[in-house]
Parts: sequence; C-alpha cells; structure tokens
Amino acid sequence: MDTGSASKSAIWLKHFIICLIAFVMLYPVLWLVGSSFKPANMIFSEIWFWPRQWNFHNYVSGWFGFQGSSFSRFLQNSALVSLGAVLGNVITCSMAAYAFARLNFRFKALGFALMLMTIMLPLHVTLIPRYILFNSLGWVNTFAPLILPKWMATDGFFIFLTVQFIRGLPKELDEAATIDGCGPVQIFSRIIIPLALPALITTMIFTFMWTWDDFFSQLIFLSDIGKYTVPLGLRLFLDSSSQSDWGPMFAMSVLSLVPCFILFITLQKYFVEGIATSGLKG
Amino acid sequence: MSADLMTVDRPAGMKRRKTKLRYNQNGIALLFLSPWLLGLVCLTLGPMAASLYFSFTDYSILESSRWIGLDNFTTMLTADPLFIQSLKVTFIFVFVSVPLKLMFALAVALLLNKGIRGLGIYRTVYYIPTLLGGSVAIAMLWRKMLGGDGLLNQLLAMVGIQAPDWVSNPKYSLYSLILLSVWQFGSSMIIFLSGLKQVPPEYYDASSVDGAGKVGQFLHITLPVLSPVIFFNVIMQTITAFQSFTQAFIISNGSGGPVNSTLMYSLYLYKKGFSFFQMGYASAMAWVLVLLIGLFTLLLFGSSKLWVHYEDGGK
Repeated sequence: MDTGSASKSAIWLKHFIICLIAFVMLYPVLWLVGSSFKPANMIFSEIWFWPRQWNFHNYVSGWFGFQGSSFSRFLQNSALVSLGAVLGNVITCSMAAYAFARLNFRFKALGFALMLMTIMLPLHVTLIPRYILFNSLGWVNTFAPLILPKWMATDGFFIFLTVQFIRGLPKELDEAATIDGCGPVQIFSRIIIPLALPALITTMIFTFMWTWDDFFSQLIFLSDIGKYTVPLGLRLFLDSSSQSDWGPMFAMSVLSLVPCFILFITLQKYFVEGIATSGLKG
Repeated sequence: MSADLMTVDRPAGMKRRKTKLRYNQNGIALLFLSPWLLGLVCLTLGPMAASLYFSFTDYSILESSRWIGLDNFTTMLTADPLFIQSLKVTFIFVFVSVPLKLMFALAVALLLNKGIRGLGIYRTVYYIPTLLGGSVAIAMLWRKMLGGDGLLNQLLAMVGIQAPDWVSNPKYSLYSLILLSVWQFGSSMIIFLSGLKQVPPEYYDASSVDGAGKVGQFLHITLPVLSPVIFFNVIMQTITAFQSFTQAFIISNGSGGPVNSTLMYSLYLYKKGFSFFQMGYASAMAWVLVLLIGLFTLLLFGSSKLWVHYEDGGK
C-alpha cells in the first residue's frame, strides 16, 4: 500500500517536471503568439503571454505595411514555390527510388553510391556554379532556380527514404503483376505508388517545410520585392528598428508559422515515423 | 487452389521472364532515372567540377576567371583573419551546441520513456521548437527576446539581475545562437525514443537481480545499446551544424556581428560570394567546408570502433 502511493506521487512528480520543462520551452512561442495580439506598448511592459485585451490591429498593419507590397503577395509566392517543389520531389524522387529499388540495370551500384554521396554534400559546393548557370539563362529573380532542381530529384535524401520503403514491400506483388502482363510503368503507377504512400507523404511534408522555411537559396535567387517569399518578406521588418513595428512583425511571424503547424498537427504520425525511421533532421 | 497453381507455375515461367527483363530493364530504368540523371549531371556533378575549377581562380561574375593556382587557399590560411574568425566561430558553435543538444535530447527521452501516460502529447509538444525553429520568424523572435530590453532580461530584472544585451554583446552573441540550436532538440529526442524501445527489458531485469543501481544500468546497458543511435545523431547534427546559416544571418542582420562574433562559416562564404562577388574565393571556401565535414565524419567513423556497440557485432 505504502509503496503504491509513493510510486503514484513519483509519477505525478514526473508529469509535473515534464510539463514544467515543456512550458518553459514553449514559452517563447506562446509569448510570440500572445504579443501579436497586444498593442505595441504592452508588448514591452508585459511578461505574461496572455493578452489582457485582444487587438487585431497588428495583423492589419502588418498585412498592408510593406513598401507597397502586401504580405499576401509573399504568402502567394511562398505557396507557389513550395507547391512546385513538393510536386517535383514527390514525382521525380519516387521514380528514381523505384528504379533503384526494383529494376536491374547497368551501373546501378555506381548510381546508388553517387546518390548517397549527394545527401552528404553541402549545398555550398554547387551553389556558385548553379547561380552562374541560372544567371546566364536569365532565371535569377524568378522561381525557376528554386523549383526546377526539385523536378530533377536533387534531394537524394527522399530517394533514399523511398528506396528503403519500397524494398520493404513484398516482391511477390510485382511478380504477380508481371504475370498478369503489367510492365514496369504499370507496376510503378498501380502497385508501388499506392503502397508507398506513407513514404511519399513524408517526402511531401518535409519538402514543404524545408522549402517554406528555406532562407539561403531564396535570399540568393530572389532580389525583386514583388518576387519575395515569406522569409524574405519577414526580414524586411529587421531593417526598421522602430519598436512600433514589433507588433506587426510578430503578427506576420505568427502567420508564417501557421502552415507548418497545421501540417504537423494533422499529419503527426508521418512526422514521427519519418524522423524515427530515417533520421530526418526536421 | 489458385495459390497452388501459382507455386507450381512460377519457377519455370518466371525464369524465362526474368532473363528477358534483365535485358530490357536498362531502357526502362533510364526512363525512370532520367530526371535524376539530368539533375546529377547538370546541377550536381557539373557544378562540383566547375566550383573546383573556380577555387583555383580569381573570379567575379562580372569578369571572366583568371587562374591563380593555390592563392585562394594560401590567402585563407595566412592573410584573411576573418576566415580564421569564421572557423573559430563555427567550431565553437558545432562543438558546444551538438553535445548539449544531444544530452538534452537524451535526458528528455529517458524522462519520457518507460511507458508514461500521454507520451504522444508530450512528444508533440517537445517537437514544436524543432518544427518552427528553422524559420526566419523564430530567429527574429530570438533576436528580440534576448535583446537588451527583451523578455529574458525583463524576467531577470524581476529577480534583481541586471543582465547584458545577449545579442549585441560579442561575449554572449554566439551563445544566444547556441541556445537557439539546443532548443531544437526534438528530432534527436524522437530518434532516441525509438532507440530506447529497442533495449530488451530482460537486460534491466537481469541487472537488477545482479544488484545494479539506476546509474549502473544507464552506464552499462542503456548507453551501450543506444550507442549506434547516438553515433547516428552526432554525425547528422554535426554535418547540419557546420552549415548553419539562417539564424546567424537574421540575428546579426546579415553582418555576422557584433565584431564578427557570429560570423558562421556559411555566412562568411555568402558574404564573399554574393556581397563582394569574390566567387573564386567563395568556391575555395566551399571545398574547404567539404573537406572539413569529410574529415570530421571520417574521425567519427574511426572513433566509432571504440564506443559504438552493435548487437550483431557490426555486420
């Protein structure tokens, strides 16, 4: 009896500690969201995150307040780039993955080794020649340098992830389909794609997140404010140091985080599995 | 019945088809691999060769390149104090943030292990910083939060501590970046959690019978069984940390300041290549980064024999 209640209170203590750490960790995010609804003078004077009065003014002025460009333009641009990247990665990475997992062809081992190498390669090493290439094609300050590479399966990580997944599917299915007269194209589209859906969803989620949050390539390839994506648009707030801009900056920051957050809450299972099975850095 | 038929039929039939397919699959594989192959040649291998060439030249995008041999590399090591500074900053960042992050991830994973109720919710909550942390929005929040009159100092003032501006004081600015990185321990934690599930409970039972304490169990069972997962996390986090850019850029507003205290390697490379248009020099820096990452990966693999235990003897 005694040990029972002792261990019970130990469990409560453990829950309390876990919740406390979680609260401290999340406090910056809570404070960000709360502050986005506070008038400017209260952002400084209040430490507690919950606004005493709710105020949507920051959202309105942040939405319209950018040197003639509204925030909706940045959101549209980001959505376009991210969707283009997601489609490209899902289609071309799964095609390459099918070939590596199921087909026999010459130089397969070499190709697979090269693909693994590209995963480890820092992007800096191809960045400058890519810039020169896209510049000579007149594509700098367009979305092409951000989307096109994804249509060429340059994110080896997702090929690898999908290869691993396809290898886990029973080969008998392919063989049965072959006997029924299906060629590789039909096997790919009718059998592999539907069964590898979890891997494809993981690819989609992480491609979306990484493209949405990507700052480095967007900074390099986009220069015109009309082409700016959300990360570049947010950065404009840094140039003005006036404290009255904190509110709108926080409001637009919150808006920029919403898509990834919704994606995470609705597709949590795939996040956790993707990270746990393949070590996606997230 | 049909299953019986299949097993009888298949060997002969499949053999014929398989040999036929072996010849045919080169073409169809090329079809499936064509986008990847195009990218590999035009966007990876070609540019790699080009940047290797540029690293031996003096090149800005405005003028054509001029061969200067090893000059870029000798400049780096002998005549560019900012390069040395960027190496220093990056090394401190990598060697402080990666171990701290993994220790924190492991501690929380251990706390959450043992079938605790609400694991799913806790895991979600602890992952949120990692989910959001890579964004410009959070980096800007960090800059404001750790600034002179930011949230942190207001809290410290309540308990009577006069704290410095963590972002614009060169003594602490790099540590505000490290804190931001450690805060995002979520994905390592998830990997540790799934690694901890692999530890056979019998090990703990057997060691309790032998009289081992909690600390002993952690040192002699949990850590060795978990060592491949720790190894994997160290490699991934180190490679990522070496390339870190966005947070340093936003928190210093592109300068790497104050007094170059947050001049991460990537940030300096960006400034050289795209602010000063010294693209030959930036290419040389990119290759040095590849060599550095390669070297550390090799060292880690070399050391793994000493501390990583594989259940199947490393096969």
